[in-house]
Amino acid sequence: MNWITNYVRPRINSIFSRREMPENLWSKCDECGSMLFHRELKEHLNVCPQCGHHMALRARDRLTALFDGGSYSEVEVPAPVADPLHFRDQKRYPDRMKAAQRATGEKEAMLVAEGEIGRTPIVAAVQDFSFMGGSMGMYVGNAIIAAAERAVALHRPLILFSAAGGARMQEGILSLMQMPRTTVAVQMLKEAGLPYVVVLTHPTTGGVTASYAMLGDVQIAEPGALICFAGPRVIEQTIREKLPEGFQRAEYLLDHGMLDRVTPRRDMRDELITITRMLLDLPPQVKGELPAPEKEAVQEADDAPEKT
Amino acid sequence: MTNYLDFEKPLAEIEGKAEELRALARQNEEMDIDDEVSALDRKAANLLSDLYKSLTPWRKCQVARHPDRPHCKDYIEALFTEFTPLAGDRNFADDHAVMGGLARFNDRPVMVIGQEKGHDTKSRIERNFGMARPEGYRKAIRLMEMADKFNLPVITLVDTPGAYPGKGAEERGQSEAIARSTEKCLQIGVPLVSVIIGEGGSGGAVAFASANKVAMLEHSVYSVITPEGCASILWKDPEKMREAAEAMRLTAQDLFKLGVIDRIVGEPLGGAHRGRDTSVAAVGDAIAEMLSEMDDMDRGTVVQARRKKFMEIGAKGLST
Ligand SMILES: [Zn+2]
Repeated sequence: MNWITNYVRPRINSIFSRREMPENLWSKCDECGSMLFHRELKEHLNVCPQCGHHMALRARDRLTALFDGGSYSEVEVPAPVADPLHFRDQKRYPDRMKAAQRATGEKEAMLVAEGEIGRTPIVAAVQDFSFMGGSMGMYVGNAIIAAAERAVALHRPLILFSAAGGARMQEGILSLMQMPRTTVAVQMLKEAGLPYVVVLTHPTTGGVTASYAMLGDVQIAEPGALICFAGPRVIEQTIREKLPEGFQRAEYLLDHGMLDRVTPRRDMRDELITITRMLLDLPPQVKGELPAPEKEAVQEADDAPEKT
Repeated sequence: MTNYLDFEKPLAEIEGKAEELRALARQNEEMDIDDEVSALDRKAANLLSDLYKSLTPWRKCQVARHPDRPHCKDYIEALFTEFTPLAGDRNFADDHAVMGGLARFNDRPVMVIGQEKGHDTKSRIERNFGMARPEGYRKAIRLMEMADKFNLPVITLVDTPGAYPGKGAEERGQSEAIARSTEKCLQIGVPLVSVIIGEGGSGGAVAFASANKVAMLEHSVYSVITPEGCASILWKDPEKMREAAEAMRLTAQDLFKLGVIDRIVGEPLGGAHRGRDTSVAAVGDAIAEMLSEMDDMDRGTVVQARRKKFMEIGAKGLST
């Protein structure tokens, strides 16, 4: 049952698809407490119009907002061995995986896609914090390798949006091994002379920060994003050091020379277009929203080898 | 006197008694207790062998962290000649948790780098318990670059609880420093071999151990997080470290099965600290063999082989 059944006549009711009707029309900004209407929030890409607080954005919504006309095609990621360590904590790892898949509707914590931004062909990889904290295991490693290989094959830049609590502990040492594996992926891009741009979103921590998320040619972060190796709680607990205001937030890292830019979400797409086009020595592009590329244009841009 | 681990308490009892009898015998010459002493010694030897026959993963962590275990400095002093420490990251400081420099290994000039934990309170503090700060990784990067330029093989000795969770380390970009050090490991055109001699703790270890060949001492451990850390996150209780150590598969034996490491170096009965010379010599042999496996490789092949190794890790899980 949906709330709408109580308010509209059954005949009209039947034309609404249940999926399109959100249960919660209003949500509250975690930062300033403003009540925000869901349509308004969606239009602002989950940024609070009152205080500018950046809330989480699902990986698919990020891709839709990024690509011209919201049009992209997914790049296939080779599936790793499931539950390689037969890991069990309070729950079995396969059960945790199933629960995460049900809750998110996604297969794993990263999506890889190809398409155009400002008519600039790119490959994008987006980490999904809502899937087990975006944690990096074999799948995320495979996704980044697949993204880099696809970018090299198509001769396109790779734009990566990071968001993760760190390594996927249920994959133990194999999650740690994704640090060198993803670093090899970054090296493939660098050797091919292709731009690798990292957009760090809230939060990016642990082994993710200490590998592919810190190796971009250009490092951009969303405002307020927590970016660190050891998180503030760990530092306070183990070293008992008092931490300054804003410690490990994007702006703090910018001040300490660890980032190139901190850019609000609404400006991110244009900025990515500007930067990648300059790095690729392409003329400036008309900015703003563009319709999806036409079929032919897509094929023309895709003159590189077929994906395997 | 030996430092005993908690599970070695029964052993401490027996070895203590034997020691006491010997001391008494030294004071009273007419006392003949040889039989009693050798009986106790036999009992101690049997117990030691029983205890170490199948150490649980958590006990291995304890052995790997044993205060008397040979550390980086011990291996460097015993296995290398003309060791010439090189200091500093040319940017901020010299990190004493990381030792590194030029040396000769079997007369061949090499670069040796490792984490040193220290052996007493003073040196442990000075070494920051083997936890590098960004300067340590940046020193390692500098030394690897130098080795690459002069075509010297690089040998790393890994023994760290992990990266340092401190304010300054974060402010000076330890994530970036670890990422760049891992990147450098994967870039250099000279052979890189690594031995995990104690604790291989998370990113701090990877930054040194992204090597062509990785060996582990029999009772050393290598993991994404400490068992205590894993327990507090997944079990919400740091006291569940035994369960966490079990689940994480952090022993040399499991990592060999998973294809993460290339060889296991045996330790004397009771752990490396009960036979330091034997342990050091065994590590030396392992380094020599691992280096010789790359004798005929040119620079490009060395880099490609290293990358391929990491790309293939994890393709198969544990089969058991
Ligand atoms: Zn707000």
